[in-house]
Amino acid sequence: MTAVRFQVVAFSAAFALCTAMSSEALAQKKYDTGASDTEIKIGNIMPYSGPASAYAAIGRTEEAYFNKINAEGGIGGRKIKFISYDDGYSPPKTVEQARKLVESDGVLLIFGSLGTSTNGAIRKYMNEKKVPQLFVASGASKWNDPKQYPWSMGWQPSYVSEARIYAKYIMKEKPDAKIGVLYQNDDFGKDYLKGLKDGLGPKAAMIVLQEPYDTSEPAIDEHVVKLKAADADVFISITSPKFAAQGIKKAAEIGWHPMHIISNVSASVGGVIEPAGFEISQGILSASYTKDGSDPQWNADDGMKKFYNFLAQYDPKANKLDAGVVFGYAAAQTMVKVLQMCGDDLTRENVMRQAASLKDFAPDTLLPGIKINTAPDNFAPIEQLQMMRFKGRKWELFGDIISSDLGH
Amino acid sequence: MSAVEEVAEGHQAVEAVPKRAMTLGTGTSLVVLAALLIAPVFVKNFIIFQMTMLLIYGLAVLALNILTGGSGQFSLGQSAFYAVGAYTTAVLMEHFNVNYALTLPVAGVVCFGFGFLFGQPALRLSGVYLALATFALATAMPQLLKLNFLEHWTGGVQGLVVTKPDAPFGLSMSQDMWLYYFTLVVTLAIYIFSVNLLRSRSGRAFMAIRDNEIAASSMGVNVALYKTLAFGVSAAITGIAGSLGAIAVQFVAPDSYTITLAISLFLGMVVGGVGWLPGSFVGAAFIIFVPNMAESISKGLSGAVFGVLLFLVIYLVPHGARQIAIFGQQLAGKLRKN
Repeated sequence: MTAVRFQVVAFSAAFALCTAMSSEALAQKKYDTGASDTEIKIGNIMPYSGPASAYAAIGRTEEAYFNKINAEGGIGGRKIKFISYDDGYSPPKTVEQARKLVESDGVLLIFGSLGTSTNGAIRKYMNEKKVPQLFVASGASKWNDPKQYPWSMGWQPSYVSEARIYAKYIMKEKPDAKIGVLYQNDDFGKDYLKGLKDGLGPKAAMIVLQEPYDTSEPAIDEHVVKLKAADADVFISITSPKFAAQGIKKAAEIGWHPMHIISNVSASVGGVIEPAGFEISQGILSASYTKDGSDPQWNADDGMKKFYNFLAQYDPKANKLDAGVVFGYAAAQTMVKVLQMCGDDLTRENVMRQAASLKDFAPDTLLPGIKINTAPDNFAPIEQLQMMRFKGRKWELFGDIISSDLGH
Repeated sequence: MSAVEEVAEGHQAVEAVPKRAMTLGTGTSLVVLAALLIAPVFVKNFIIFQMTMLLIYGLAVLALNILTGGSGQFSLGQSAFYAVGAYTTAVLMEHFNVNYALTLPVAGVVCFGFGFLFGQPALRLSGVYLALATFALATAMPQLLKLNFLEHWTGGVQGLVVTKPDAPFGLSMSQDMWLYYFTLVVTLAIYIFSVNLLRSRSGRAFMAIRDNEIAASSMGVNVALYKTLAFGVSAAITGIAGSLGAIAVQFVAPDSYTITLAISLFLGMVVGGVGWLPGSFVGAAFIIFVPNMAESISKGLSGAVFGVLLFLVIYLVPHGARQIAIFGQQLAGKLRKN
């Protein structure tokens, strides 16, 4: 026994010596503000109040996940202190909270803050202060810009990536399609449309009509009728949940049966498909990258078993049907992975370096085959999705995992 | 007769505040000013930033106070003027490279025109109807900023990032501290202007309209002109506050200027005391710090906690900070007699 232990000690000592010689940084502990021998402070900003408070489930899940990590001994013996503030989805408040986190609480980094304009408001500040703004919870494509903003990184597939995947699918399955696009007239809709056109490339002329709508409109019936009149046989509905449901209903009402694609944002069974009606929703297409917490097909899945155990033990009040819970779990897991990779070098620079060198990392709640990959020139962690078709009362995944790379 | 007693007798929506009661005494003013001048030296940049925001929101509340406390007109549309000011500054700074200090007067003039014009149709409305009309302005503004043909300038939903100015003349102070002193100077200038405005002929005309429109017009006050003028002045000050806000926050986006902001400003005015100008800054402190306090008490129920705190304030001191100030004055008076 002692002999074995001696061997281990000798071996590790030799190993330590080697590494120390090759790179001194590895052997000694390095810290920036917010990290110490016992603690790592992580900041976060969420809309716990205000118009987007439905997303707050993401923040609560992340907090619960860090509690789990702490209960299991932390990261390299360091406990995570997760400081999460409310910004009510108002950009000036986000700035105030971000400054409070960085200057007053002294966090090592800000992780997983929600919203495009809220995060946009602090991006410049974070980059000036050189504090990592990691895994922003926003689908805008602007988070993948390492040259101009080397301290900001997104996480989820961007709207552009998702739209490119639909473009790929259409070009393969229906090369002579006439595409009608209904899109929300804001950053979400416009990012998507751009992705779609990028994806179609020279074939962008396949789009016969693109109809914008404003969220202030009570109904979008008129737009759907116009798209049918334009003789489109593919209907891409880049809509938020309420409007996606209206689109499904109206198309059925006027007897229009195109290939119907709805965005991942609106792929909720409970929030969109069920209110629109299961019968008329058969065959609708979408794409996803996370496992659905309510889908029984994952009951035997190892990752989801871990996820359900986590919910039972650390977050019993969470609603597993809420996509934000699955999202928060996977995002927090990515954060923990990065911190583990940092080892004892918990400087802000090293955190960014490690975040930009994730290789084939697969969080428990992402679809099998979807992996997180980053590089110094690629700040878009998730770029793959899988197509799915609505059948019966649930989504059925089909086909391969598709990456959004621009290859025709 | 104290101001409180006056209110008990009156049945107007906006109470009549005598113009002397609208300001602080000279001694108190100097103490507050000295505190505002010295404080930044001792605190962190983040606190300086919060103090800057306090002055900025204070200015916006002050503008509303001139409109409501001075001329007796309601507005729930102040966020729209604030947004116009902020965007004027952001667009001038980022697209035309105009110096930040020069954008303030431009924003003021633009907003004055905007407010003056909006005051024209608003003339036919009073009380709650005017509040509703301005409410419409506030809800429309974020969407107007997203319009396609403006997008080239406004940046659409993505908003615009504004560069924070460095301290000039090689002064060795942080950007935050410089911006604080800059804001303080602007705030002081506007505060003194407002006090003088309300003491002037125009100010008396405002108050005459507030107290009794018919009597005012029979005395020869041009009601239409002074009502729109009040709107214009209020909008101009709000616009300047918006400009300063854009520089301090370094970002403008339609999401920043929703109806929530207009309601916060209205709330700040009520908490500070309608018609009491120094109360504007107390009100601003309330809308900045109390939500943070509420959040530290309960994250999930921060809205409810905020509601309870607000209810307590309105219930215990219905006339806001002014009531506390008057109480303090009376107490000091009694102590002196003893």
